[in-house]
Amino acid sequence: MTDFLLATASAILFTVAVGLVRILGGPGDADRIMAAQLIGTGGIGSLLLIAAATGARGVEDVALGLALLAAFASAAFVNSAAPAEDSDAADGR
Amino acid sequence: MSVLQALDIGLAFLVFAVAAWTIFARGAFAATVGYVVYGLLLSLVWIRLFAVDVALTEAAIGSGVTGVLLIGAAARLRGAETEDERSLTGLPRVFTAVLCVLITAALAAVVLLFPEQGPSLAPQSMQHLPETGLGNPVTAVLIAYRAFDTMLEKVVLVLAVVGVWSLAADRYWGGAPGEPRAERPEPTLAFLAQVLAPLGILVGIHIFWVGADEPGGAFQGGAILAAMWIIVMMARLTEAPSTSAFWLRLALIAGPLVFLIAGVSGAIFAGGFFAYPPGFAKPVILFIEAFMVLSIAVTLPMLVAGPPRREPKVDRSR
Amino acid sequence: MSLVDLFSIAAIGAGVFFFLAGTVGLLRFPDALSRLHALTKADNLGLGLIVLGLLPRAESPLAAFKLLAIWALVQLAGATTAQLVGRAVRRKGTAA
Repeated sequence: MTDFLLATASAILFTVAVGLVRILGGPGDADRIMAAQLIGTGGIGSLLLIAAATGARGVEDVALGLALLAAFASAAFVNSAAPAEDSDAADGR
Repeated sequence: MSVLQALDIGLAFLVFAVAAWTIFARGAFAATVGYVVYGLLLSLVWIRLFAVDVALTEAAIGSGVTGVLLIGAAARLRGAETEDERSLTGLPRVFTAVLCVLITAALAAVVLLFPEQGPSLAPQSMQHLPETGLGNPVTAVLIAYRAFDTMLEKVVLVLAVVGVWSLAADRYWGGAPGEPRAERPEPTLAFLAQVLAPLGILVGIHIFWVGADEPGGAFQGGAILAAMWIIVMMARLTEAPSTSAFWLRLALIAGPLVFLIAGVSGAIFAGGFFAYPPGFAKPVILFIEAFMVLSIAVTLPMLVAGPPRREPKVDRSR
Repeated sequence: MSLVDLFSIAAIGAGVFFFLAGTVGLLRFPDALSRLHALTKADNLGLGLIVLGLLPRAESPLAAFKLLAIWALVQLAGATTAQLVGRAVRRKGTAA
């Protein structure tokens, strides 16, 4: 079971790596902003699996913190790359 | 090769590759994204090394708050930077590269040549843990065995805020940094801030409280609280406070001040600078940590908000 | 191998499959918006299945609750990030 958990953690890290190769080099900043989201989701997945396999304690708190901060980082990136303009809200949306 | 070893090698390789990409990335924005990704991957490495407290700190501050700080700086520099600009070319660049390689090689040699049982104070620190009333040895090192060090770190944070504020133009001194509160904030970002902030506050306080016995602590909890305030300011649901506000300045110094008072009263009541009264150590430690959390939660957003950019409001009632 | 272990393996395996599907989408989709869709939807579902598979192995009810909270938070983050980035792409073009 431990080996299975570690193998799946490796698989997820591998998908994250492949995804990173694609979007870190991607044209335009929109792709790069997604990198934070990718590593956030994939990283938390690997983290939970590794923790379950190696028996590290208190890792759910790290995952909670990571989840909060991945959202925070993505929002900050979007805010910086394309700051919200007041004219947008006046769009009638 | 076991699955665990393969995982470790893959993770190490990925961290190295992301670091290399960050160094060679073009443009500050791309480099900052790379830096945040690198930080989050590094948290995984810390988990593998069973240093869960450090993983939490790395995620919260190393890539979270510092990432946002860098992105803010990159945004401010955007007008002044071109895509192809390189600050170092030719010989200085080669020299820097050689220096970095030498330092890395030296560190690697030191780690690889470590004797089987390296010199360590870990057994003694675990031995005396029950006297501090704590269950988490990392917190014991930070607030009990090396409290003076931690207090000085908090002073450094205050100095950093003073440094950032002093970058303001003379006429803005005492004003507020950042954008004013928006009449109609962008709905998606506002939604995110409104849902995330209460959850984040809960998680932050939980991580601080739990840090006495489980991985966590004041620094990590404070960083998460700071991130929540920053996101509320980003969504422009609230504006940054004026830098001359008394409550703000008091909150900034509360942490190191309480810490210092505790240390000095230790000299009076417990027989040594930063000694804690026996049997009463844990409440004192939690008391100090509470104020540390307050200071960190206020300091980090002020660092991210930057120097004041609006004129101070004049109090005409005087 | 107990039934619970089999359930965990099945759920986690399905989770990894969705992660792979998400990455395939990232690699193959032609423009930023569809890549965004692949990333935020498939990866989130993958994470949800992994959380489901790890729930029986949780050390305490609080730990299980935290796992579910993590997934809910990532869902929220994914949904809002997709909206924010989508809006940015629409406003500024893919060179955002």
